[in-house]
Amino acid sequence: MGKTLFEKAWNRHIVDTVEGGQEILYIDSHFIHEVTSPQAFDGIRKRGTGLFRKERIVATADHNVPTKDQHLPIRDLLSKFQVDTLIQNCEEFGIELYGLGHPYQGIVHVIGPELGITKPGMTIVCGDSHTSTHGAFGAIAFGIGTSQVEQVMATQCLLLQRPKTMRITIDGELGKGVYSKDIILHIISKLTTAGGTGYFVEYAGSAIRALSMEARMTICNMSIEMGARGGMIAPDEVTFEYIKGREFAPKGEEFEKAVEFWSTLYSDEDAKFDAEYDFNAEEIEPMITYGTNPGMGIGITGRVPKSSSIGGEASFKSSLEYMNLEPEEVLLGKKINHVFIGSCTNSRIEDLRIVAGFVKGKKKASHVQAMIVPGSKQVEEQAKKEGLHQILEDAGFELRSPGCSACLGMNDDKVPKGEYCVSTSNRNFEGRQGPGARTMLVSPLTAAAIAVEGKIVDVRNYLEEGVPA
Amino acid sequence: MEKFIKLKTTIVPLPAQDIDTDQIIPARFLKATSREGFGENLFRDWRYDEQGDPKPDFVLNSTVFSGSVLIAGKNFGCGSSREHAAWALYDYGFRAVVSSYFADIFKGNALNNGLLPIQVSEDFLSQIFKEVEKDPTREVEIDLEAQTISIPTLDLSESFEINSYKKTCLMNGYDDIDFLISKKKQIEEFEKNYVGY
Repeated sequence: MGKTLFEKAWNRHIVDTVEGGQEILYIDSHFIHEVTSPQAFDGIRKRGTGLFRKERIVATADHNVPTKDQHLPIRDLLSKFQVDTLIQNCEEFGIELYGLGHPYQGIVHVIGPELGITKPGMTIVCGDSHTSTHGAFGAIAFGIGTSQVEQVMATQCLLLQRPKTMRITIDGELGKGVYSKDIILHIISKLTTAGGTGYFVEYAGSAIRALSMEARMTICNMSIEMGARGGMIAPDEVTFEYIKGREFAPKGEEFEKAVEFWSTLYSDEDAKFDAEYDFNAEEIEPMITYGTNPGMGIGITGRVPKSSSIGGEASFKSSLEYMNLEPEEVLLGKKINHVFIGSCTNSRIEDLRIVAGFVKGKKKASHVQAMIVPGSKQVEEQAKKEGLHQILEDAGFELRSPGCSACLGMNDDKVPKGEYCVSTSNRNFEGRQGPGARTMLVSPLTAAAIAVEGKIVDVRNYLEEGVPA
Repeated sequence: MEKFIKLKTTIVPLPAQDIDTDQIIPARFLKATSREGFGENLFRDWRYDEQGDPKPDFVLNSTVFSGSVLIAGKNFGCGSSREHAAWALYDYGFRAVVSSYFADIFKGNALNNGLLPIQVSEDFLSQIFKEVEKDPTREVEIDLEAQTISIPTLDLSESFEINSYKKTCLMNGYDDIDFLISKKKQIEEFEKNYVGY
């Protein structure tokens, strides 16, 4: 029987199988950041083992960092201490750190791919659930807890139960104004936040093949939001082109050899998956979430549901109460005061181009506070080079420096209590963007349109010829 | 890691579904660099108001419910991979969480910290919720060796599944790192033959 992409990649990394059916999996690349590493370093120090393979670790500071005045000392003392702790740990243990002030600094899941560290067929982990982002390259990438971070630091391996496999096929062509963010929000709204638990997902189909690498990253990024361990897409020419020439990509003959191997990474025709779902891209609208988990999403022209489709009426009711929405309410026309464009889901150069392309020559609504946080220093530089910064500033958007920022509000970028924030991030849990904040997840294009109109709109009604589809 | 063998305790009921790790421990408390002290901020925004006063309606502030087992609605622990969620529950005093469904990463984090996640049927879960509401002094008995959870005074009992390796670890207080470190020679052998790209 044929093998799935997942099996082909996973099997190459098995060191041993142990009692209970768990497997020892070798980890190619370990990303770390300041929030989930300090206790792991402490553990390593206590054990006295040292780091097993420090050259396989790449560090950055992203969750806590301010997005303004990054050249000044961090004002929040706890944040400063945590970032300083990372700096000290990296120095003590000899780890490569792309921290504040470094030209490669940024959100961990943005810098890995752009530096050519993320490659097909690798196993990649990080103490962060959106590590699934790297799966867009056909890598097995997933989030781990701090104890597991310590495991990888000590032995470059993890002890794991092999997950089940799921294939989600999306065929057809996306409509104008509909993007990869809408695809994944649509999928999660159908499968729910628990629909993928226990599974590793492979995304396939013509709609996926038609996406750029950055668009694929958006989809894989949110795999965790349906409970899946990770999500991956088989590499192809688009993938190889993206990787070619990047800082840490193989070069010359080595690159050719790598491409030969990467080209073997696909699911065989007769491979069997434990679960399969099919979607038609043409049926997908620009999406928006109305509730307090990423599965509570609707098409932009839709209504808030009358009741929960999956039981849990009490939770559904309390979610609507938190969001101050009514069952069957139409969201179009709702006044919005805050727009956030950023996060590891949507903060790459293509996302900034899409926003700039829409707002060029326009201005944001006067009552809207619109913030854009590029995913990395390199994205920021590229945006400046392309003149996007000027376009965005002229439109009244506040441009910040790279970091996770308002996705989870660990730094000062919090949304005030009771305010709606239309956001290109990945989670709309209660209090995610600040205590009492009300998050609505959308694609960058939808966010741009809402910023300009000052209310929830269907961006498709505002598209002119020439706007990138 | 502390051993987990048997537990007999009263129950804290939290019927909400899809409890995500942002609720269990909000992001602003993740700035700590050690593993201790997270219990204070467990369910912080459900537990305390803006002034820092306890919200009387939240079960952790109840004078009626207490215990070292939390029972929760399905899909407990979804969202962020923060292990701090497991630390917060453990530091507060919980030693087991019972639900009809657990998110993957949370389940692993709990097991790695001596906090036992027990998955039961929807039926059994709603029965415990009912019984505990009726009588908050109800005790639950958990036997990890036998893999059972029961309310003996009511003749209510169910078996639960757990990976045999994880069970051994919990019953003996072993952690994965010690096990993996013992395998270093094998890992080095693997590296000799491994071709990465």
